[in-house]
This record gives sequence, structure tokens and C-alpha cells, in this order.
Amino acid sequence: MNWLLITFLILGVLAIASALFTVLSRHPIYSALSLIVHFFSLAGLYLSLQSQFIAILQIIVYAGAIMVLVVFVLLLLNLSESEMKTLQGQSRRGVGIALIAIFVIILANIIMVNYSQPTELTSRADLFTAQSIGNALFSSYLFPIEITGILLFTAIIGALVMAKKKLID
Amino acid sequence: MKAIPIEYYLILAGVLFAIGILGVIIRRNAIVIFMAIEIMLNSVNLTFIAFSSYLGDISGQIFVFFVMAVAAAESAIGLAIILALFRKKQTIYVDEVNTLKH
Repeated sequence: MNWLLITFLILGVLAIASALFTVLSRHPIYSALSLIVHFFSLAGLYLSLQSQFIAILQIIVYAGAIMVLVVFVLLLLNLSESEMKTLQGQSRRGVGIALIAIFVIILANIIMVNYSQPTELTSRADLFTAQSIGNALFSSYLFPIEITGILLFTAIIGALVMAKKKLID
Repeated sequence: MKAIPIEYYLILAGVLFAIGILGVIIRRNAIVIFMAIEIMLNSVNLTFIAFSSYLGDISGQIFVFFVMAVAAAESAIGLAIILALFRKKQTIYVDEVNTLKH
């Protein structure tokens, strides 16, 4: 057993368990809290893949900004106890078959392709630093990042317009 | 130290994607459906990072950056839509919102 495999197993089981709890838990606030655990375990997986910058970005953007928005909306709406309508027998079978089919397709794709053997991970610990990612972003990916800025600006205006009270009445 | 095979990461991402689809299908609460979509986006990010790290190519990290930006925009817009929906219909259960049907 090497330490990479042990880390991967712990983080992977944590990610799957928290994702399942997010999807299946009865009250949405528990879903939101376990989704934060999910984001942190994914950040740990990114760290095990030598991607420090994306791991920190994952925690800041997802566990910070997006989850604050979600929890804020959950508290603002003040929902009553959410009941979980269970699926009827026919549609439950359909959902199960569809899910298993999707998962088998993904698994077959993964197994059929023969990947080359991974090299040593430790030799490129300095490849994915913030400096190299910034260099790539502002040289060869300059146009996409400008478009992303426009997208975020449009999203802010759209959210403002849609959440305003006066437009609804 | 020997690196673990890339298939492990891909299988984990496939399982997470299937869980996200399960959430979108079986839940009625719009906010929980929204969180399930975030799980699916994150599983795709995991495959991007795994390939980027094993191939030694920085493009995967850039794509993850853009996916995160789009997810942030999507969350702002989506939650604004949910707020407007709640003000209008007093519900966020997607099976009770059937205005377009009639």
C-alpha cells in the first residue's frame, strides 16, 4: 500500500458518500452542508494530482461563494418541511435502468481505452503553479478569458434584473 | 513512489456523474436539483484535472478554470430564477410549476 492510494481511497469514499447524502437527504439544508464536504474532498483529490491552484480555487469559489449563495436562498425562502415524494414502482424501475445504463456506458468507455502508463507524479510538482496558469491564461487563452469576463458581467446584470421585486408584479 | 492508475480517477468521476443524474431525476426541490448539477460539473472537472496531471498538459487546468467561471454565472442566474419563481408561485417544487402546460 502506498500513501497515494490510501489518500485516494479515503477522499474518494468521502466524495461519494457526501454526494449521495446531498442527493438523498430529506431537508435541503443538510444537502447544502454535505455538498460543502463534497467540495472539500474534491479539493483534496486535486491536491493529490499536483494541482494546488485549482484546489484552492475550488475551495474559494465553490465552498465559499456558491455555497453562500445557496444557503442564503435556502434561508430566505423559509420552506416548510420538504416532503420527499417517492417514485412509483414503474418509474423507479425506469430510473434504475437508465442510471445503470449510463454508468455501464461510462465504465465501458474507461476500460476499453488503453491509457499509457502514468509517469512519476513527483517530477512535475512545479508545472501547475499559479504563475504558469496565469501565463497560459493571459497569453494563449486571452480571448476566452475576455469572453468569460463579459459572461460574468452579463450574469450579474441578469441576476439583478430577475431578482428585483418590481418586475414580478 | 508509484502513481496510481488514471482509471481510478475516471471511475470515481463516472460514479459521481451518475449520482448527479440520480439527483436531477428523483428530486423535486429546485435547489437540490441545482446542487446535483454542481456535482455533475465537479465530476467533469475531476476528469479534466486527472488527464491534465497525467499528460503533463496545462490545458486541462485552464478548462477547469472556465468551467468554474460558467458555474458561478449559472449559480447566480439560477438562484435569481428560483427567487423570482418563489415570489410568483410560492413554491420551488418543479412538479408544481406547470404554467407552460396550460
